Amino acid sequence: MSSTTNSPTHHTSTIGSIGTPSRRNTELALLVFAVVIPVFAYANVGLAINDQVPSGLLSYGLGLGLLAGVAHLVVRKFAPYADPLLLPVATLLNGLGLVAIWRLDQSRLLKQIHQAGTAAPRQLLYTALGIALFVVVLIFLKDHRVLQRYTYISMVGAVLLLLLPLVPGLGQNIYGAKIWISVAGFSIQPGEFAKIVLAIFFAGYLMVKRDALALASRRVLGLYLPRGRDLGPIIVVWLISILILVFETDLGTSLLFFGMFVIMLYVATERTSWIVFGLLMSAVGAVGVASFESHVQQRVQAWLDPMREYKLSQSGAPGIHSEQAMQALWAFGSGGTLGTGWGQGHSELIRFAANSDFILATFGEELGLAGIMALLLLYGLIVERGVRTALAARDPFGKLLAIGLSGAFALQVFVVAGGVMGLIPLTGMTMPFLAYGGSSVIANWALIGILIRISDTARRPAPAPASNPDAEMTQVVRPS
Amino acid sequence: MSELTLTVMRLGFLAVLWLFVIVAVQVIRSDLFGTRVTQRGSRREAGRAQQQAQRQQAPPQQRQQPAAAGRTRRNAPTKLVVSEGTLTGTTVALQGQTITLGRAHDSTIVLDDDYASSRHARIYPDRDGQWIVEDLGSTNGTYLDRSRLTTPTPIPLGAPIRIGKTVIELRK
Repeated sequence: MSSTTNSPTHHTSTIGSIGTPSRRNTELALLVFAVVIPVFAYANVGLAINDQVPSGLLSYGLGLGLLAGVAHLVVRKFAPYADPLLLPVATLLNGLGLVAIWRLDQSRLLKQIHQAGTAAPRQLLYTALGIALFVVVLIFLKDHRVLQRYTYISMVGAVLLLLLPLVPGLGQNIYGAKIWISVAGFSIQPGEFAKIVLAIFFAGYLMVKRDALALASRRVLGLYLPRGRDLGPIIVVWLISILILVFETDLGTSLLFFGMFVIMLYVATERTSWIVFGLLMSAVGAVGVASFESHVQQRVQAWLDPMREYKLSQSGAPGIHSEQAMQALWAFGSGGTLGTGWGQGHSELIRFAANSDFILATFGEELGLAGIMALLLLYGLIVERGVRTALAARDPFGKLLAIGLSGAFALQVFVVAGGVMGLIPLTGMTMPFLAYGGSSVIANWALIGILIRISDTARRPAPAPASNPDAEMTQVVRPS
Repeated sequence: MSELTLTVMRLGFLAVLWLFVIVAVQVIRSDLFGTRVTQRGSRREAGRAQQQAQRQQAPPQQRQQPAAAGRTRRNAPTKLVVSEGTLTGTTVALQGQTITLGRAHDSTIVLDDDYASSRHARIYPDRDGQWIVEDLGSTNGTYLDRSRLTTPTPIPLGAPIRIGKTVIELRK
């Protein structure tokens, strides 16, 4: 024994599982931080524009703080093991959006266009409604698996929501895209809600069908080709998204739904071939529709040569020409790396959609590249926490739903940010939480609510294991 | 408002925004939970230095190569053989993995033996490729030759390890 005295100390380690901490206090600390930052920005805007701390500082700060506090208490009570980052990051984005909308309200130019600077109080009201829906989701949705029962009802509901804007008398055509409906004086964008309902349908459907979709396939050239009849659902979803593109002339909504389906299909089946098929089909669909739909053509024109569109619109050429794409690029350019500072840019020159579709241009001008990067990272954090939730979820339905919701969120951010920055043709969607718009804020708070519910279930410590059949008594050898 | 104040506020806001992002990422980092590995050996570094000193003093033919090319020692055992007990004749190839023995269903060798504990012993290679047997606090103990194990012990080739009614040994 004396030949080897090198005792293997590195092998004598204990491996013990740690109980999942609830992390609610971390969330509270981050939430306080997330309320303080918009208040700082709000004071900054007032000082820059009017040389004084704005009179509404206390009420806006308290309003946002109160909403965040209510949300936090509900999470503490009803979802104690939920992810600590989702709520603070969403609150911060929403608060920054409020500040930017209020800042655009202060502009004289926009006051002339809108007749009144009332966007910010309304947005605060929408935020309150959104948080209310968030609270309702957390209180009444005790277990996300309940949603599985409504798989096919969700499908019908989503299709109805998507078709509502086409109903005559109800649908509204605003600046070329028909994605709004008008109910009792309010404009609602049903697509924002359809996003969530559709994710529930896809998750329920793919959970049941994924084995058939994944396993029954032939291998050709390194790709698994699905059987013809298994292609059915993807073709149906593709046709629906093409119909949206043709009749509602909205590239963003169409891209969002088809992209979400392909993402969930890929996650459910682990087959790369679905991504290849999806990309091919969306390319074919987009090019096909663009060849005859003038609204889409016009958007593509503005994307390919924004300067030409700008000149045409300035010279009063016939037809609709949008100068916004170029103006957004100028806004980003004049912002530079560090931006002009809150309230010191001129992004109000992007007239009517400055506080909705083009709000990112305001951030780009006033906070610069540094600010935009931070915003995109915040969106990335929400998506990352969603994917992390999906990884941690123990049931396939929860996994697929979390992936679908965070995938839709990521796609929406990409479609809007890419459109405003000139990477892809501009579409009529809104930046989640930042942009002015009731439907978007309310629907996205509900989305965060569902993600928090799934993450609470996923991170909840597993119940103590049942008594182990191996742990029977070992007989003891008695020295005789 | 003076230009200076506004510049300070502008840069200050960006700094605060980034601070939030950094804090959030830190939260993610501290959120990685699961299993915690606690080292029991408090003086690992010292032990390692001692090992190296020993290795240098050892004669060349016994010097153990730091396993760069997959722990190919001469005279190394290649398989574990059960030579007595209900599993007589069972062999397990030794490929650097830890082998657990016991009545528990997830053991590498599941012993059907009333005198074995559910997690009885384990056999594993140390850093130098030397195979070690360790008793995992079993009721009736693990015997190497005639002596009951108290500490992890290197296994000589062909020496019988007795667990309950089962005897195993390492062979080339």
